[in-house]
Amino acid sequence: MSESITQPLVEFRDVSFSHAGSSGPVISHLSFSVPQGETLVLLGQSGCGKTTTLKLINRLFEPTGGLVLVEGKSTEEWDPIRLRRRTGYVIQEGGLFPHFSIARNIGLVPSLEGWEPARIKTRVEELLSLVGLEPGEFADRYPGELSGGQRQRVGVARALAAEPPLLLLDEPFGALDPLTRASLQRQFRELTNRLGKTAVFVTHDVREAMLLGTRIGLMDKGQLRLLETPENFLDAQDELARWYVETLETKAAIGRRPPNGGAA
Amino acid sequence: MNFWRFLEQNWPELLTLLRQHIWLVFIAILIAVAIGIPTGILLTRKKSLRGPVLGVANVMQTIPSLALFGFLIPIQFIGGIGTRTAIVALVLYSLLPIIRNTVTGILGVDPNVREAAVAMGMTSRQILWQVELPLAMSVIVTGVRVAMVIAIGVATIAAAVGAGGLGVFIFRGIRQFDNNLLLAGAVPAAILALAADFGLGLVERHFVVNRRRAAASTRRKVFAIAATSVIAAALMTSVYLGSIGSGDSGSRNSSVNSERVVVGSKDFTESAILGEIVAQMLEARGVTVVRNFELGGNLPHDAILGGKIDIYPEYTGTAFTAILKHAPVTDPRIVYDQVKKDYADKFNVAVSAPLGFDNTFAILVRGADARRLKLKTISEAAAHARNFRAGFGQDFMSRADGYPGFVKAYGLTFADQPREMDLSLTYIALSTGQVDLIAGNSTEGRIAAMDLVQLEDDRHYFPPYEAVYLVRSDSLARVEALRDVLGKLAGAV
Repeated sequence: MSESITQPLVEFRDVSFSHAGSSGPVISHLSFSVPQGETLVLLGQSGCGKTTTLKLINRLFEPTGGLVLVEGKSTEEWDPIRLRRRTGYVIQEGGLFPHFSIARNIGLVPSLEGWEPARIKTRVEELLSLVGLEPGEFADRYPGELSGGQRQRVGVARALAAEPPLLLLDEPFGALDPLTRASLQRQFRELTNRLGKTAVFVTHDVREAMLLGTRIGLMDKGQLRLLETPENFLDAQDELARWYVETLETKAAIGRRPPNGGAA
Repeated sequence: MNFWRFLEQNWPELLTLLRQHIWLVFIAILIAVAIGIPTGILLTRKKSLRGPVLGVANVMQTIPSLALFGFLIPIQFIGGIGTRTAIVALVLYSLLPIIRNTVTGILGVDPNVREAAVAMGMTSRQILWQVELPLAMSVIVTGVRVAMVIAIGVATIAAAVGAGGLGVFIFRGIRQFDNNLLLAGAVPAAILALAADFGLGLVERHFVVNRRRAAASTRRKVFAIAATSVIAAALMTSVYLGSIGSGDSGSRNSSVNSERVVVGSKDFTESAILGEIVAQMLEARGVTVVRNFELGGNLPHDAILGGKIDIYPEYTGTAFTAILKHAPVTDPRIVYDQVKKDYADKFNVAVSAPLGFDNTFAILVRGADARRLKLKTISEAAAHARNFRAGFGQDFMSRADGYPGFVKAYGLTFADQPREMDLSLTYIALSTGQVDLIAGNSTEGRIAAMDLVQLEDDRHYFPPYEAVYLVRSDSLARVEALRDVLGKLAGAV
């Protein structure tokens, strides 16, 4: 147990990645580590490589240079199936299986892992309550019958189902209206605090990053520009970081337009 | 005869044919699904194979079914005549929609859902069975549904290779120009297609995940296909009718125009040649000729009565038994005189002098068999008939001077119920050993070419089939060249 505290759960060592046949690298010389219990938020504009970084962790992509280590072992040494079952994954709109009931969606990984049906059922009910959905009402419904916010809760519940030590989240709340988003963000923060999960969370929303991250990694053009706690991020001298921070100050933003014209 | 009375009388046979039809389609679709779905899955994995395989399946569908049957008969193991060949052909026709829809269905699965499946740690086998196939199933079922509706239509042609099915009625109906027969084949085939479409439609809806979205568009598409093939099946004659219809307006005018003659012929080579001889001789005499050849069954008869053609070659025996419905008579003189008199009285159609040859049914066996068993006459063959498999054209099976009287006259019992199939294909079936005895045309060129032997009709069962021209009396009066040409052709061929 003491060993796992000292060892980072995820570590990038000089990682580069480019798609086969494409010209420029998507990721170049990326190094950082994620210790146990941390929620690292990767912040950046579309195309900055943050989603690619996420997919390198559960081996949806394999690095073309450098090493990605999960629990001290290179992802290329991991059996990809084992690695992914130990990694909860949440994407926008949940990526739920439309032909599975909510209960079957949430219980997917446990059932792949061969859990007893009774144990899966208990776990599903527990998780539905955890994400604030009434099990009796939702277990037998289908994703198509749920609202976007409800589907997103189910997505989080599904990722947590087999108690993975690591959660990967790719703009999970991006498609939701602001009120629903705020409520889910609050719940997610409570959840990760309570469960002590390690998470890597991708977003382009600086407010979300400030709210959820124990550290914020600012990405640009496939590189990490800045890796700071939210407090330090607010005071950072980095130009891009300052633009992001300025968008938080609504009053100021109305007074003087940000240097990029605010159009981005 | 009233259609319902006809159905009542032929009910047992209709049920047998319907059962054969369903069986053919069922087995063929089963095989096509077993081949098509795995092939489709493979194509989603191997992109480089997709173009070539879909291309081949596509070409397969464009081969006319009769051509495909002719091609399959001589092939060992998968060919031959009967059910097997029909099923092979139906499978080949069914593959394309099944393969294509499997590919489309699987590739159409939402990439987010597929990515989620991978990220959940599902193996590729689990992704296929638990995610891709269930989500693609409604599209795949649509493919099966299209294939089945097509197969039900195409299976009517299976009668051409002796595989039975509702096509037997349709083919007989075309040959005899009997609408009751035609409808007795076509209507059940159409109903069957609709029922299959409806049934699989229910199955398909069961698999549609997002009910509201998918249902409307695919339903409409499949219904259109079903309706099309029903129309195709029900109006198989339209091909034949169309060949008259196309020259319709022109020919009707030409009958009025004094120096124009519309020449018709039946749908086999000899008849077309006889038509062409007259046509060219008329043209040499400055007459404008419209050719309306290849008319099936008794359509030329109908056409000449309706004034759509002026002249066509006919055989006295056919006119005597099939058209005038007399009992078969063997004396050529009596037959000719009676035909001439009846046509003049009933139809106002003149009969030319005999051209000098007759084309009767020729009972044929392989030369090797004839030499081995020392067969010269049909009576001699009758002793061996128990070991013979026979194959006959639809024409021969159903006409008054055909099969029923033939077996009675010679006391024949064959090894099996004779295969009822397309006349042209019986020659191939005989020469490749699929059957041992057929009834061809005595003037057929392939008799010598394929080393076949014609057995002598020693009990004079078959009526004489002297070639003559039938010509409308009013046309004869109108066009002088016509009288001249027919006079020259008497006894000349």
